[in-house]
Amino acid sequence: MYLWFNKLGSPPHFYRIAGKWLPWLSAVFALLLITGLYGGLVYAPTDYQQGESFRIIYIHVPAAWMSLFVYVVMAFCGVVIIVWRMKLAEVVLISSAPIGASFTFLALATGSLWGKPMWGTWWVWDARLTSELILLFLYLGVIGLHSAIDDKRIASRAVAILAIVGVVNIPIIHYSVEWWNSLHQGPTVTKFDKPSIDMRMLIPLLIMALSFQIYYVIALFQSSRAELLRRERNSKWVAELSGGN
Amino acid sequence: MTPARKKRLALIGLMLAGIAVGLTFALKALDENIMFFFTPTEVAEGKAPRNKLFRLGGMVVEGSISRPGDGLTAQFDLTDSGKQVTVRYTGILPDLFREGQGIIANGEVGDDGIFVAQEVLAKHDENYMPPEVAEAMQKAKEAAAATTTN
Repeated sequence: MYLWFNKLGSPPHFYRIAGKWLPWLSAVFALLLITGLYGGLVYAPTDYQQGESFRIIYIHVPAAWMSLFVYVVMAFCGVVIIVWRMKLAEVVLISSAPIGASFTFLALATGSLWGKPMWGTWWVWDARLTSELILLFLYLGVIGLHSAIDDKRIASRAVAILAIVGVVNIPIIHYSVEWWNSLHQGPTVTKFDKPSIDMRMLIPLLIMALSFQIYYVIALFQSSRAELLRRERNSKWVAELSGGN
Repeated sequence: MTPARKKRLALIGLMLAGIAVGLTFALKALDENIMFFFTPTEVAEGKAPRNKLFRLGGMVVEGSISRPGDGLTAQFDLTDSGKQVTVRYTGILPDLFREGQGIIANGEVGDDGIFVAQEVLAKHDENYMPPEVAEAMQKAKEAAAATTTN
């Protein structure tokens, strides 16, 4: 196990494996996305209260879940960077940040579009919306801090600390709707109780969530590979890859 | 794990614990400001600010909606299954506004004890189901109510 971890952590090995996986992941992603969108937009019945407008859930909720998940990945990488000084974790952390920021932005934008017809407002400063906005700023902070420091190994350690500190926001986002009164409703799926959503609506939602997850891995592999080449441009394996010199 | 790594891991743990504790106290202190709305019971207990705008949240009481005057003004009661507060609002209500619906109104309590709202937002619940299921559940609920009253 440890050996496998060590091997995957070596940049040339990761570069090769990620490259091999990419076409397969893309195929699975396309398949899941088409199934999920068909399920969400056509197969799922309309909602008793919100009618057809509820279908934005199939973008909004997976994007919101991913915005939290990507941040947890970044914080985990942060711990690995500080404790084990692993190069690959540095690359994964900084490559995740723009992807996570995009998911967060998508969740906020679709939530706003959903809020106008249902709640009657684009935006309110309630706990859920505000903490999600802070998450977007954390992502932007990570990106900004990383690009502000020229030495990328030092920059990585700085953003690792920021990523770890920011992780306290994640439980706040999740529990904000339970700890405080908020305009945003409570959790539908991510609770210990049975999900309070019809099965025919839930399954497309889970398929969409899975496809977003795979999209994250694809985007992460692609930008990590690019970042690896950039950082290791003077190393032997990159020279060999580009056919010498 | 080498001692140096152990030390770094412990430092991260300490740092996170410290931040979590600090943040917990900060949020506890800010509790009232983070609360998006007050419930009718809290208003009755005098917890809501006086002569100041605040948000009031609750369910629209069945059969309490009336439209006095020009037809643009709506008056209804909000409840949290404890106390009730009467709300008056002039303007366009959101699509989801109906009896039994969760509503958040922004405004202040007038001298006559009526909450004058400047803005009304609809709060929808976390349940998603097709209309026929909702109908069936409604029927089952009515049937259960009928058997208990008989």
